[in-house]
Amino acid sequence: MSRISEKFNELKQKDRIALVSYITAGDPTLDLTVDIALQLEESGADIIELGVPFSDPMADGPAIQLASERALVGGATLAGVLDTVKEIRKKSGVPIILFGYYNPFFKYGLERVVKDAAEAGADGFLIVDLPPEEAGELKTHTDKAGLDIVFLLAPTSTSERIGLVAENASGFVYLVSVTGVTGERPEMDYSLEGLTGEIRQATGLPVGIGFGISSPEQVSRLSGYADAVIVGSAIVRIIERYGSEKKKLLNELSGFVSGLSAACGRSNSASPGRAKK
Amino acid sequence: MAVKPTLPDASGHFGIFGGKYVSETLMPAVLQLEKAYEEVRNDPAFRKELDYYLTEYVGRPTPLYFAERLTKKLGGAKIYFKREDLAHTGAHKINNTMGQALLAARMGKKRIIAETGAGQHGVATATVAALLNMECEIFMGLEDTRRQALNVMRMKLLGAKVREVTQGTQTLKDAMNEAMRDWITNVRTTFYIIGSVAGPHPYPMIVRDFQSVIGKEAREQILQKEGRLPDLLVACVGGGSNAMGLFYPFVGDEGVAMTGVEAAGGGIETGIHAASISAGTVGVLHGSKTYLLQDEDGQIKPTHSLAPGLDYPGVGPEHSYLSDSGRVSYTNVTDSEALEGFKTLSQTEGIIPALESSHAIAYAMKAAPRMSGDSVLIVCLSGRGDKDMHSVADLLSGGQKQ
Repeated sequence: MSRISEKFNELKQKDRIALVSYITAGDPTLDLTVDIALQLEESGADIIELGVPFSDPMADGPAIQLASERALVGGATLAGVLDTVKEIRKKSGVPIILFGYYNPFFKYGLERVVKDAAEAGADGFLIVDLPPEEAGELKTHTDKAGLDIVFLLAPTSTSERIGLVAENASGFVYLVSVTGVTGERPEMDYSLEGLTGEIRQATGLPVGIGFGISSPEQVSRLSGYADAVIVGSAIVRIIERYGSEKKKLLNELSGFVSGLSAACGRSNSASPGRAKK
Repeated sequence: MAVKPTLPDASGHFGIFGGKYVSETLMPAVLQLEKAYEEVRNDPAFRKELDYYLTEYVGRPTPLYFAERLTKKLGGAKIYFKREDLAHTGAHKINNTMGQALLAARMGKKRIIAETGAGQHGVATATVAALLNMECEIFMGLEDTRRQALNVMRMKLLGAKVREVTQGTQTLKDAMNEAMRDWITNVRTTFYIIGSVAGPHPYPMIVRDFQSVIGKEAREQILQKEGRLPDLLVACVGGGSNAMGLFYPFVGDEGVAMTGVEAAGGGIETGIHAASISAGTVGVLHGSKTYLLQDEDGQIKPTHSLAPGLDYPGVGPEHSYLSDSGRVSYTNVTDSEALEGFKTLSQTEGIIPALESSHAIAYAMKAAPRMSGDSVLIVCLSGRGDKDMHSVADLLSGGQKQ
């Protein structure tokens, strides 16, 4: 069983949902990415999504676009990101998903990237612009290496799309909460319960919800029907703000992520008092 | 390798190129577009409506003009120009926007978005949006809004909102990124009119089909004028829609050679250019697999061309396929060669071409003298040069100062 599936099983026992934290690797440096990842785990992140920076992040809002730019200016490459995974893995068993756009993976070589990722200790891939239709070759390699491919679903997804993703995904299914790019939003769409249910009928995989989540209140409300929440831009903004002061940065991240983690208990969900501002 | 005229295949690929590399949010829209296009492409009523607008509004057919003075000056092949510069709005772009906008209307979409580099596709989109009473927003790199200020004014006058894109290199690629982000956000209400034979399937096919009117007309016209098919077709290639439109109806004619001309900017060897096939490697950008200008880590490289419409790090996937198959050859000309073509055509024929089209002219000026006097060459004059007067004036005066 993959590290990701093990983590979901473990959390189920504890009656908790998974907190997936996204950071862009190399923002502000790859060295600091190791410290940041370890800090996130210590503060309660269950899974780390490690963004591989790309020059043209078409599905990302301003926060992650700028993080990608900073990482590329800082010299981050896919090879460097894989080394970073290795460093994190020396000290931690936290599941790591490589998140990004297809071109850097394709250019690196699909067989090679899967082999190197597995050796480094990564657990899966989530490639935004690689729908199941185009993922055949990558999947051959990840299946062989025992790594997961997480696919996205969206509010626009039809039942046909849900079926196709269910057939091909492993680890978990990532439900994009909004029709839009990544980024925090004050108003969450909480009408995803129906869609989540439909996905559950198609697959036994856990369902994670992401895009636009930035507060414990939002996490708490989603814990009523999601198996995981993914928080990205809000964390990236903290890194943007405090990137040059390591101690302060880790402190801020710790405070923010433990707050989110505290809202990940299933028993918290739907208790009316909590969601109030 | 034989070229298959039946491409793209059912999954949207031209050999290894093309495909649908888009985020899941867009997949249903792309599939829906595929279905809608299948419905209209063989629908006589749609064809009739499009033909009506192409004739009465766009001004087609455009002339196939024999450039007698240029032919004499160069000595060699007879040079014909397919005069897309005489189409409404001054470039070939409207052939495609007219078709896609009618398709959008059929699909019940009320809002149209588009990316633009030179501004010609933006103007052509804003024009059909005005005609069909649709809301329109155009994404344009800040750098390009400066180089092509006249076209920005035209788009605004036509009622479109022009969104200046300040990300990245502030040119066509970044405009396309931002248009994609808007599309992801407003996909339910919005139709994205892609301006080149690029993007995810079915766009490269749709744009090719709508632009094929160029080659269909040219084929009939040259048969009428010369009683035979041409020996060589020449067109500039950024994303490559005018080239694809001219070439496609001739792909099955073995005796017709074709050359696509990319932008070599300051020279291929300088690395400052936009010649994706000449100097690129295979990768995936903006929804399809194709030749790209990228570094060894798969990051897209900044590009340069004097012609904003060619200033793009990728190329339509079908061009990549036609290059690999050997059916079409691709070459490149520099900024200064293009500028020479720009001046020569203006002074010999009284036609001021777009800087993009000037790349094709510059190559034709090299090719024609090497061909015999009874051979025939057709150049796609994809657009007129009014939009470029400002940058050309700057360049010429700058050059004199040096």
